[in-house]
Amino acid sequence: MSDQHDVHWLCRPTTIKKLWIVGIAILVLTVALELTIHPHPYFGIDGWFGFNAWFGFFSCAAMVLFAKLLGIFLKRKDTYYDD
Amino acid sequence: MMINSALPPGLILILGSLFLPALVGNARKTLMLLLPVLTMYFIWAVPDGVQLTVPFLDYTLEPLQGDKLSRLFATIFTLMAFVGGIFALNQKSQIELLSAYAYAGGAVGVAMSGDLVSVFIFWEFMAVASTLVIWSARTKESYRASMRYAIVHLFGGVILMIGVIGQIYHSGSVEFGAMKADSWWTWMLLAGFLINAGAPPFSAWLPDAYPSASWSGSVFLSAFTTKTAVYVLIRSFPGENVLIFVGLYMVFYGIIYALLENDMRRILAYSIINQVGFMVTGIGIGTDLALNGAAAHAFAHIIYKALLLMSAGAVMYEINKRKCTDLGGLYKAMPLTMICGTIGALAISGFPLTSGFTTKTMIASAAADQHIAYAWFLLEAASAGVFLHAGIKFPWFVFFQRAPGYVEREFGAKPKDPPFNMRLAMVIFAVMCVGLGVYPDPLYAILPNPVDFVPYTSTKVIHMLELLLFSGFAFFVLLKMMKRTLTITLDFDWFYRKFFNLLHEEFVVRHGGAAFAKFRLACLKRVDVIINHIFKHHGPHGILARTWPTGSMVLWVAILLGLYLLVYYI
Repeated sequence: MSDQHDVHWLCRPTTIKKLWIVGIAILVLTVALELTIHPHPYFGIDGWFGFNAWFGFFSCAAMVLFAKLLGIFLKRKDTYYDD
Repeated sequence: MMINSALPPGLILILGSLFLPALVGNARKTLMLLLPVLTMYFIWAVPDGVQLTVPFLDYTLEPLQGDKLSRLFATIFTLMAFVGGIFALNQKSQIELLSAYAYAGGAVGVAMSGDLVSVFIFWEFMAVASTLVIWSARTKESYRASMRYAIVHLFGGVILMIGVIGQIYHSGSVEFGAMKADSWWTWMLLAGFLINAGAPPFSAWLPDAYPSASWSGSVFLSAFTTKTAVYVLIRSFPGENVLIFVGLYMVFYGIIYALLENDMRRILAYSIINQVGFMVTGIGIGTDLALNGAAAHAFAHIIYKALLLMSAGAVMYEINKRKCTDLGGLYKAMPLTMICGTIGALAISGFPLTSGFTTKTMIASAAADQHIAYAWFLLEAASAGVFLHAGIKFPWFVFFQRAPGYVEREFGAKPKDPPFNMRLAMVIFAVMCVGLGVYPDPLYAILPNPVDFVPYTSTKVIHMLELLLFSGFAFFVLLKMMKRTLTITLDFDWFYRKFFNLLHEEFVVRHGGAAFAKFRLACLKRVDVIINHIFKHHGPHGILARTWPTGSMVLWVAILLGLYLLVYYI
């Protein structure tokens, strides 16, 4: 009996797939909502369509990559300071 | 009726804490709840202006003064002591409770002091009390971390002391008010304050020390030291340009190191530095809105960071595990802890309807109003990064990530939601996170400057949702790269934990070796001889420690006087 009923409903592949679909629908919706407002950009570029969406995504990707790069040099085993 | 009292409210917590170890059971619990309530009453009974003066050398100290900024910080420190006290009601370490309450009292003392000397005294008192909080976890790790913590803070205290003396000497007054970093002594003051804020290069003390405290200790620690630093910076260096850069560095330092971290409480410790970075940037911008933003953010931050550390503390309390690689799937066994932790995580990220949204956005708005483009863009990127490193990463790796039952299988643990008092403390702060997000007006009313800020406009809400939800999307897209490993990340503390040791060993082997060891042994032997000698005469059986009859004293006095007479005539 290793079918899907043994697994917690949140962990089933079908649920995870549904969560992804709902998640992406929400993302599209938030960007679409931007059509309903009239932004007052302070610096020009922040008035571009979907600025916060791509800015958020790419700055996060950049931070993760930078952390990864820094990790190459600065990561040590967690017993490093133990005597 | 309000009682007009000249007693600094911080002293109620400090003096009251001394009685805690003397009491047991319900009496102690009652006192733990009563002390912050009393303190809060006295804070709000203090009218504006100087209320108490104490002469000291040629100066007049003002250990008690009231204004909006002081009351705001004293209020949140006391509230923290109260709810932290509820959370820690079943903490068995009496030293920890005593020192945590004294520590809170020190923070209230700093917030209500009107002069540099009083600030310094309460400041150093906090350093000692907080060291004890860490130390009282009673593990080898916490002992060593507390010693490193104490050394950094005593060093910071020396720098601050030099600044205080320089300022008093050159201005001729002990007044604690707004100043500019334009002389070596004001730079020293600024540096002393910034060390406690967790600013570079000494940021490492915070993630080193706080996570090694007990399950309740780190909740107290998260609140006071860094936020008193924010308070003194708001009062003394508003609009100091360099703080924008220091703050922005702290913001990104916190995110990057938290992304690399495996220990859940160290993730939260790094995010303290990240959050204080937002506040420090706001202080650097220095407009009324920015300072309001820094103060309001400090207020909200204490609540949601304590909430996050309480949920982490509850996990520690139940299964005594801290590493993300050991955790996961706890959402089923600890549902309330998961919900409260997630509310704290949403609040720290500044999600609409949480306290982070109504407070932190003030700082970014101030940067936009002043047209400081780099600060605004970096703060936006950082807001996205907060959601990434604390908003999702913390709850994901602790409560989700794996199927339920993982810790039960791996460690034979039986986790459940913690005892009633701990659940109550989490619920109180979770409600406040949402409450201040939905209805921030009571907080806005006690901010230092008049508030003309509307957090909820459709533009602001939609932009924030876009920013945060797409950061969340980035997290799950890049999840493979976020996989936790059994590692730590080197920081500036490597210099004093490793480098100087290596340097010392290198020096000894090359130039001394056996000769140095012999010399050291000889020195130790000499010290032993001296101590033995002193013990022989002054120890319990020593000739100088015995009780002497009055008669023999009179005899010796007579002999000495006789000798004196003799010498006089010769």
